[in-house]
Amino acid sequence: MTASPIIQPGQPPQTPPSRVVIPPPVTFEVSQLNVWFSGHQALRDINLKIPSKAVTAIIGPSGCGKSTLLRCLNRMHDMAPGARVEGRITLFGEDLYSSNVDPTVVRRRVGMVFQKSNPFPAMSIAENVTVGLRLNGVKTKSVLAERMERALRMAALWDEVKDRLRLGALRLSGGQQQRLCIARALAMEPEVLLMDEPASALDPLATGRIEELILELKEQLTLVIVTHNMQQAARISGFTAFLYLGGLVEFDLTSKIFTNPSQQQTEDYVTGRFG
Amino acid sequence: MTAETTPESNRRWRETKSALVSAACWVCALIVMTPLALVLFHLLRLGASSLDWTFFTQLPKPVGETGGGMANAIVGSFVLVGLAAAIGVPIGVLGGIYLAEYGSGRVNFMVRFAADILNGTPSIVWGIVVYALVVIPMKGASAYAGGLALGFMMIPLIIRTTEEMLTLVPQSHREAALALGIPRWKFIVHIALKTARKGILTGVLLAAARVAGETAPLLFTTPGNHFWSRSLSEPIASLPVQIYVNAIGPYDEWHRQAWAGALVLLFMALAVNVGARLITGRNNPPAIH
Amino acid sequence: MNAAAETDIRSAKVSFAPPNRAADAAFRFLTWLMAMMVVALVGLVGWKLFQGSRLSIQKFGLGFFVHSNWDPVNGDFGAAPFIFGTFVSSLLGLLMAMPLSLGTAIFLTELSPSWLRQPAITLIEMLAAVPSVILGLWGIFVMVPWLRDHPYHWLNSALGFLPLFQGPVYGVGILSAAVIIAIMIIPIITSISREVFRTVPQSQREAAFALGATRWEVTRLAVLRHSVRGIFGAGMLGLGRALGETMAVTMVIGNRPEISKSLFAPGYTLASAIANEFAEAASDLHSSALFELGLALLLVTIATNILAHLLIGAVGAPTRGQ
Repeated sequence: MTASPIIQPGQPPQTPPSRVVIPPPVTFEVSQLNVWFSGHQALRDINLKIPSKAVTAIIGPSGCGKSTLLRCLNRMHDMAPGARVEGRITLFGEDLYSSNVDPTVVRRRVGMVFQKSNPFPAMSIAENVTVGLRLNGVKTKSVLAERMERALRMAALWDEVKDRLRLGALRLSGGQQQRLCIARALAMEPEVLLMDEPASALDPLATGRIEELILELKEQLTLVIVTHNMQQAARISGFTAFLYLGGLVEFDLTSKIFTNPSQQQTEDYVTGRFG
Repeated sequence: MTAETTPESNRRWRETKSALVSAACWVCALIVMTPLALVLFHLLRLGASSLDWTFFTQLPKPVGETGGGMANAIVGSFVLVGLAAAIGVPIGVLGGIYLAEYGSGRVNFMVRFAADILNGTPSIVWGIVVYALVVIPMKGASAYAGGLALGFMMIPLIIRTTEEMLTLVPQSHREAALALGIPRWKFIVHIALKTARKGILTGVLLAAARVAGETAPLLFTTPGNHFWSRSLSEPIASLPVQIYVNAIGPYDEWHRQAWAGALVLLFMALAVNVGARLITGRNNPPAIH
Repeated sequence: MNAAAETDIRSAKVSFAPPNRAADAAFRFLTWLMAMMVVALVGLVGWKLFQGSRLSIQKFGLGFFVHSNWDPVNGDFGAAPFIFGTFVSSLLGLLMAMPLSLGTAIFLTELSPSWLRQPAITLIEMLAAVPSVILGLWGIFVMVPWLRDHPYHWLNSALGFLPLFQGPVYGVGILSAAVIIAIMIIPIITSISREVFRTVPQSQREAAFALGATRWEVTRLAVLRHSVRGIFGAGMLGLGRALGETMAVTMVIGNRPEISKSLFAPGYTLASAIANEFAEAASDLHSSALFELGLALLLVTIATNILAHLLIGAVGAPTRGQ
């Protein structure tokens, strides 16, 4: 570990040069990303390459900008009043924020799962899974049924709900609802799945199932997961980005971040000297 | 000579005072519930006996003859409420959607303020306004005019309850839909409205029940019809107007029919109100003030 | 577990509908248009009333509102009797309704056992659902005769030396109109007062109890003291509703355009005058005068409602769900 001056908590870090050479393919390339909310700066000069078909975890203490960064990747901030996004993000080489890109199209390719599961209460399980497809113009019943089954299988929910697809989504347990939301996102067959603390509201058993799921999904999708649980990041991710006070402190292989980080601040965080 | 007050006696006096006030409040509540009970009692006593098959199926008989019914008035009321809903529901629901989903502070304030003014507009004023607006150009009263007046009255009620119900749809649903690439308007129509549909429906039903009992807006726009209306460009009979005309008329026979009609009207109004509470499954249906 | 092929999410290609910005914009425009129609409707109402009143405004000017002769035959019109009747009956009704409503609201929020609370609330709100004409019907045939033969008779004989209770007792009149108005506005005043009381946090009451206050003292100190504005607002809303009441009032007020000192005298309100005379207005001037009555009524009602909202702080946005 290089000797560097101890950075006190409260001091925003300088952006280090990227220490990891990511072999192509890369899903997202983030350059000089800065985000403000009503004048207050939430992200500062973020430079990052997110690898494909892998799990990238974003960790850091509360308020460091993890969710903000995640939401830049599918243009969720378009909906937030007072949000200003500057910089460049490309998705498979294409500029995400260019003016001839429709955010709707972006979100078909980049799905998102939220911290608290949010199935639509007025719909059945089946309707919830296919809602993204149906409201995006897919009408063919056979296609909808096929995608629904695949998505539910992928989310490891099929066996539990296959006999009660017509029932309301809220009848499911918390963990099942979250897997339903994952299925709902997967039905769109996105290339990327963003997950914002997907298991933080769940009990350990349900959390374990979600983590299993993530490990299976990485064979086929790029996953970016925000988590405040470091052990979880260590368990499931291949790459980890550590954010602090809106800046990217370090981005590297997960194994390196947790055993031999380059930055003192990273080491302090992962060893629990501050949280 | 001053009375000696010990802490004990002081306490007892305060407790007595408190008990008296509490008793007074109980009495207030009882007094307040009495008129409804009395009205129901008298309606049943004076009107129930007149509610037979002929009442619901026959037209009013000419002066001097007994019997007959208010069939045309009952049907007419339904027709008028239907016409009113045709105006009130689209404008109210879509306007409510705007307020909840698209609107911003100042515009919303203006719209809500306007809705409040409309809500507070006396019903007789609606009558003369729609008279000037429709009856004069059409050279005559019509069901359309009556329906329009009632529809105008429904708008502020529905727009408010729709906005309330849609605002209850949590932000997380909007985010989820956005993340799925669902266009905003499809989210509103297929998801938000669906989620809020019970509350919105209740609001519509309560508004309909409210205008179904209105008399004043109809006095000049559709003052009544002794027969079945053959078209909507003719005046149409309605329960409230029929009750009113009968009540202030000089014949006992008319009065008897008025009680019967009132019983039917009140029953329908109360049924919708109770039904609305059942639909929403809670005891705070959207407030219709 | 899951075989790779079975769980491969790449399945048959679907074609999504191309994104349609136009549909979004069109829908937004449609809803905006409907919202604007609400605003436009207010303008329409005002305009039609002005248009209708123009003749009368030109002829009588502001003196219209203080002139007390209403003579359709000779074309002489003055709104004073109606303004008098409207205000006296409404204010009197408010006076009778306020204590009853407040007492009931206190009962519902502070005193009622929980099993009784909801049924009681339901009953009181059902009263609000009774159409005006039905209350009027009951008023003419049940309430008024009873009042005439009992309380009025007693008041007239015992207190008849006061100008308030002098004169022939017909039954119909200003006082009966006030009673009916009171019955009709009690539900709304109670309901708003209840909501105002509910916003007082429970901790305030608990603090007062902990200091050894009696039930009434708790209510007075913790609840009522902080609710004064809201109670005024509730009363204003009730007044606004009272001013516009038409049918029930018309049926029990006696319909005589006179100003009198006695509560038993028949009277006339703005709304009743329009209801009774508009259909058979004797002349264009007569119609116009009636329109002007309507305009006056609308303006007064709006003013009252604005005042009420300032006091209660409504017209606010509903809070967003979490």
